[in-house]
Amino acid sequence: MPIDKTTNNFAEAVSDISDGSVVMIGGFGGAGGMPHLLMLALRDQGARNLTIIGNTAGIAAPTGFGWPEGVEPIDHAVLIENGQIAKVIASFPVSGSVSRPNAFEVGFRAGEIELEVVPQGTLAERMRAAGAGIAAFYTPTAAGTILAEGKESRMFDGREYVLEEALHADFALIRAKTADTLGNLIYTGTSRTFNPPMAAAARVTIAEVDEIVEPGGIDPERVDTPSIYVQRIVARPPASEGGVVLP
Amino acid sequence: MTDPAPRLGREVIAMRVAREFHDGEVVNLGIGIPTLCSDFVPFGVQLMYHSESGLLNCGPLADEGDGDVDLINAGGQFLSPIPGMAYFDSAEAFAMIRGGHVDVTALGALQVSETGDLANWFLPARGVGNVGGAMDLAVGAKRVIVAMEHNGRDGAQKIVPECSFPLTGQGCVGLIVTDIAVIEVLPEGGGLRLIEHASGWDVAAIQSQTGAELTVSSDLTEITLA
Repeated sequence: MPIDKTTNNFAEAVSDISDGSVVMIGGFGGAGGMPHLLMLALRDQGARNLTIIGNTAGIAAPTGFGWPEGVEPIDHAVLIENGQIAKVIASFPVSGSVSRPNAFEVGFRAGEIELEVVPQGTLAERMRAAGAGIAAFYTPTAAGTILAEGKESRMFDGREYVLEEALHADFALIRAKTADTLGNLIYTGTSRTFNPPMAAAARVTIAEVDEIVEPGGIDPERVDTPSIYVQRIVARPPASEGGVVLP
Repeated sequence: MTDPAPRLGREVIAMRVAREFHDGEVVNLGIGIPTLCSDFVPFGVQLMYHSESGLLNCGPLADEGDGDVDLINAGGQFLSPIPGMAYFDSAEAFAMIRGGHVDVTALGALQVSETGDLANWFLPARGVGNVGGAMDLAVGAKRVIVAMEHNGRDGAQKIVPECSFPLTGQGCVGLIVTDIAVIEVLPEGGGLRLIEHASGWDVAAIQSQTGAELTVSSDLTEITLA
């Protein structure tokens, strides 16, 4: 039987995410590269006590970061406001504006959500390491700062490096432009960001895509994320059928 | 103490920083005043912009209403495309930074110490902060330039003997460009050297606004933008 990782719909794609799961959410922080319909499906599915890992914890809703004028942003707040999130691991967790807190900051201040802040490059490399079977690595980033407290450090060539551990997840919700039915992915522009390292770091990677093509529809020389890292793919309905306005 | 002369505007700080960029350099601009630098790159200097959003080389900010959600900078602003761009993922974007492939970064700051320590990500009063890519840039860029207002809104000293706010990086800053002065951080704990002053600001006036002790360059000049 031919391999086909296509999932019928978004609800089915996220149906087995259980309470307490660790879930990576792709993208940088703006509209591009973020799995909006998978996030909405996970909200509707209702799993609780989740740890979410991403560059941000949802900064688009209060600030419009990376969203076109006149479109209501969808971000991690849909999960946070629904009470599903117990912990956030992110590099840029809060709004750039103190006066416009995001849903995460409100929950954090109320003591409802735990936070681990990770430098952006360390966050990406911890994912890359997880996907590549590397248990930990030394990086100069954060040496001598509060983000290195409690971590081993070591001198190499007279410079201090911090030991950072691989970051795994149960699920990764990612976003790509095109998939073939085997799960090979290509991205567009700056919407790649954390999606490829997350795909490799998670046990189950679910890719939300604009279109699904037959094998051969993607030039093998141009595959960004090889299918080995992708377990499920689900296509966005055409904008006219989506129910939400998405860029 | 009242100011002896007006302080320079944010655009002027950016103009002065842009004079530090050399033809062909790979440059990463932080959020805030640094972002403005791209408008003031001297004629004849071609730069390769690097962004944590996963791109190398880009055009100027897109025209209003003409934004593409798949082409943003690290501040979430829409960019315009130009020939010769490259896209990559976050692990590679930061391998470039940590690996020493970025020539210079300009960053904002809350505090800079006399040994070049940088604090720019965590305001204790807020209790939560965005580190983003700042710690990676602080250790990875070959040269770190701070672009900031010399004092806080309440007049607080931002150039200090030792940072009281949580650090972004240790001993990483090479040059500080503010609205009243340009200051070099000397290597090997050599302290801070005032090399340029804003019009109407003498050494004593600048020192009075500076928490750390300044030495003065024998070539001290007024900040010029030509």
